[in-house]
Amino acid sequence: MELIDTFFNLGVLRAALPMLVQGLGITVLLGAVSIVAGLVSGLLLALLRLYGPAWARALARVYIDVFRSIPLLVLLVLVYYALPFVGIRLSSFASAATALTLVSCAYTAEIFRAGIEAIPKGQFEAAEAIGLGFVSTMRDVVLPQAFRIVTPPLTSNCINVLKDTALASVVAMPDLLKQATQAQALAANPTPLIGAAVLYLLLLMPLVRLVGYFEARHRAATQ
Amino acid sequence: MTINDRSGSDNTTDKATDLAMQPLIRIRNLQKHYGRFQALHGVDLDIMPGEVVVVVGPSGSGKSTLIRCINLLEPYQGGEVLVDGERVQAGRALARVRAEVGMVFQSFNLFPHLTALRNVALGPLRVRGLSQAQADERARALLAKVGLAEQADKRPSQLSGGQQQRVAIARALAMEPKVLLFDEPTSALDPEMVGEVLDVMQSLARSGVTMVIVTHEMGFARRVADRVVFMEGGRIVEQAPPAEFFASPREERTRAFLQAVFHH
Repeated sequence: MELIDTFFNLGVLRAALPMLVQGLGITVLLGAVSIVAGLVSGLLLALLRLYGPAWARALARVYIDVFRSIPLLVLLVLVYYALPFVGIRLSSFASAATALTLVSCAYTAEIFRAGIEAIPKGQFEAAEAIGLGFVSTMRDVVLPQAFRIVTPPLTSNCINVLKDTALASVVAMPDLLKQATQAQALAANPTPLIGAAVLYLLLLMPLVRLVGYFEARHRAATQ
Repeated sequence: MTINDRSGSDNTTDKATDLAMQPLIRIRNLQKHYGRFQALHGVDLDIMPGEVVVVVGPSGSGKSTLIRCINLLEPYQGGEVLVDGERVQAGRALARVRAEVGMVFQSFNLFPHLTALRNVALGPLRVRGLSQAQADERARALLAKVGLAEQADKRPSQLSGGQQQRVAIARALAMEPKVLLFDEPTSALDPEMVGEVLDVMQSLARSGVTMVIVTHEMGFARRVADRVVFMEGGRIVEQAPPAEFFASPREERTRAFLQAVFHH
């Protein structure tokens, strides 16, 4: 069976497995860092976009438009290969995390904005009538409700960030995809690529299911 | 938002001359436009401490707009509102003035993610600087006062409309405000739940709380109000004690309104 030998070669897979697992670890770490940084900065950006002074709102809108338009691969190459010309030399991990965070921040900001705008006006009025300040209105009243609304799209965005980590292989990041291509070159056999694909699936499919679960729960709660 | 400062000076003289008769709320020449539609045409109204004023009138007469202007939930274009001598205007002091003015909404506007107890405790905790334990204690006492001690740990969605509105009243009371505003508090309720909310409001009125109430409940106005204000077309047409207002209204428009209300 030449096909099984080529794509599902257990010997090759066994030899490549340590590399693949190492790559998976880096992929998960890169994804986690970018997701957390993107969530925090995206929330701040959404608040600026909605409630900042006029110049900050305009700036936030420009940022969001730019980083939702630019292809991630282009941004990644810019950060890694262009910034050194102005003296900013980032490691491949830092470059990848920066590019992923910049883009995730823009998407997350739009998700949070939609969530906050979905909160009924009466909630803001009730908070105002009690005399709550801006910080308390957001922390105690608006954001807890908005978080519930945006959990499904936020989880979707996390999945996208995790998937996009594979692009980091072009800036010499030893992530899962990079390790798999290297193992494939060493063994002259594509089985490690199949192994990497399986690992991506194992990592991401539960998250995809989770989005479905959140959406169903949200539908049930709003009926 | 632009608010013309029309009578800032005569207020201070009033305050100096007669402190005891100082109105708790003073509304002067209030003007409100929605685009080209004028919702309020220079309304003047004083509310004295301890007074219960019921505002009635056909829908679109500007009565809800009027009380929403008192705590500046609704911006206005001319005139001024003073609460306890202090101008209600946008800026740093606004939240502090609002804390002195409790508001109960037609649609309750409870915080759905918090229990009844935490809905009531939030203001004292964040605005009055009470500890969580103190705020919870105050909230429990107030929920008991509106007959909901047993429901303290339920979410709004687990409560009936009447219960939700009583929680909202407790939430407003928790700030120990100088005045309570009610914006059609029973209009969103099923008929069988109107009574329990009006009962709570009546006992508050009896205990000396200053209240301004927009409502269509004429029986309640007759029983509880010290003064009934009739609005139409963005103006106050007539105001009188309830006995006089309902028995012998002076204005033709008031008579037409009362006739329409009582004969349908």
